[in-house]
This record gives sequence, structure tokens and C-alpha cells, in this order.
Amino acid sequence: MRVPLVVVAVVMLAVLCVAGTAWAVDPTELPDPALQARYSALTHELRCMQCQNESLADSPVELAADLRREVREQLLAGKSDAQVRAWMAARYGDFILFRPRYSWRNAWLWGAPAVLLLIGAMVSWRIVRERTALLGTDDAPLEEDPPR
Amino acid sequence: MNRFLLPLGAFLLLAVVLAVGIWHSPQKGVIASPLLGRPAPQFSLPELNHPGRQLHSAQLKGRWYLFNVWGTWCTECRAEHAVLLKVQQAGVVPLIGLDWKDDDAQARDFLTQLGNPYQAVAVDASGRAAIEWGVYGAPETFLVNPQGIIVYKHVGALTDDTWTRDILPRVSAAAAGS
Repeated sequence: MRVPLVVVAVVMLAVLCVAGTAWAVDPTELPDPALQARYSALTHELRCMQCQNESLADSPVELAADLRREVREQLLAGKSDAQVRAWMAARYGDFILFRPRYSWRNAWLWGAPAVLLLIGAMVSWRIVRERTALLGTDDAPLEEDPPR
Repeated sequence: MNRFLLPLGAFLLLAVVLAVGIWHSPQKGVIASPLLGRPAPQFSLPELNHPGRQLHSAQLKGRWYLFNVWGTWCTECRAEHAVLLKVQQAGVVPLIGLDWKDDDAQARDFLTQLGNPYQAVAVDASGRAAIEWGVYGAPETFLVNPQGIIVYKHVGALTDDTWTRDILPRVSAAAAGS
């Protein structure tokens, strides 16, 4: 019996999809899809302090599971995303936030690109102005073609 | 002259900024705790060696203590245990343990076999107390003053060095001052 190729492909794709959910570190499902979306976003932007380059959502260690439980419970209790982030940062420092917060201490970091851009613009403006000024005074004839 | 002065100045400025950044990072690989200088978290947890009894953080107010987070699953904790026993023998500051996500029976065995340096051990089965203290890997040790403020934190196994250099002077300076 020959099975059409399309059927094989569909079955394989279905198996892959199922496997994907089985591989996920975090099986949490919240009752409300909107809450689930917020949960997923938050756990992806909070750092696993033990593994440091993984998010809470991707980390299989126990501390990450405990911190995910906190996120879940606080969201179910009606806390806002900002409140959850602040709660985490109060215990683990800003380091736990993959998306750094704006504060007076790191203001110079946020401002640096704008300042550097401004300096660059000033420098190029000066160079252009100097060369334009030279253009007016330069009435020497172009150099003749070098003898062949 | 100006042609060279400007880039040189920019280079020196950058060098200074980077040098400050390097010198100010306290210990490489250790994340500064935002809890330093702030009140120690409150807790009320079952005591490991007295089933049915609770250890309240309020009981610890009014004196210095070392708060040591450990677990039998943590190999570094086994390594620092000898130092903890020395700290206990010194009798300068009591050790309060937090048994983090551990099996109670195994933890009791561990202390009977290796010796119990702790005045009391609180059991944190759910891991919530450890999160309140901002713990991210055992062992971690906090020094708390009589006002209940965390004045020092050490991540990783406690060594003779950290004890004599970082912890002892803080406690004895306070004792001498009062």
C-alpha cells in the first residue's frame, strides 16, 4: 500500500508540533489567554539568576521554577507587570531584568548615544564648513595631466 | 598640535571611564545584592531540629547573627562546613541556618554526621524564604546587625579568609564601639 507523500508530511509535522510542547521547560498554563501572554512575556524578560544567560522561561533549574511560580501567583493576584518586575528587582537587583530600567544612575548610559551623535554631527559640520570655505579661495588651475 | 590633542584627550577620557568601570566592579561573577544595607526579610519557618516549633525572624532582633543558606544537595556547603564549625567555636556571632529546598531527614543526618554549627536551622521547603533574601545559589551567608540590617553578604563557600577579613572585623568593631 502506498501512502501519499502529503499524508506522510502532515503526520510528521503533527508529531513535531507535539514534541515541541513536550520539550518546553515550563508547562504552566494560566486560565486566561491574556494573562498567559503576560506571563510568557514576563518570564522571557526576567533572568534566571543561576544560569544568568537564560530567561526564567527557558531555564530548567529549580530556582527558575520557583521564580516562575512567583510570577504566576502575582499575576493571578492581579499585580501589574511593573509590580512583578519591581518585586523581582527589589530582591535580585536590576540584573534580573533583561530590559534595563531607566534610573539616574544609568542615565548617562542611556544618554551616551545621543551625546556621541551630537558630537559627531558637530565635527562633520565643522569639517564641511571649513572645506566649503576653502572652495571659494581655491582658484588655482587643476593639475595638468602628468606626462605620459 | 590641536590635531593630536583632541584624539589624545578623547582616548584618555575613554581610558579613565573604562578604568573606573573595571575597578568598581567589586567581585567578578558576584552580583551585588540590593538587600545590602536594608532590613533582613521577615520569616516564620519550622525548625529543623525541633519539629512543631517555628523560628521567627523577630526572635533574632537585637543581636548580631550570620544567616547561612545551605542544603545537603549542595557540595560547596559540605566544603564550607569546617569553617562554620570554627565560627561556632569562636563564639563571636551565632549561626542561623536556612535549609533550602532540602529533605529534612537527610539534613538532620548531615548535621549529626558532620557536626551542627547552627544555633537554629529554619526549613525553607518551598524556597520562598530564599527568594525573599535574594538567594541565587547555595551557600550564601549574610551578616545581620542588632538593628536587623544586612551589613554584608558572601556568595559561595565561606573561607577562613572571608571570616577573618570580612566578617569578624565588622562584628568586633561594633562590639568595641558599644
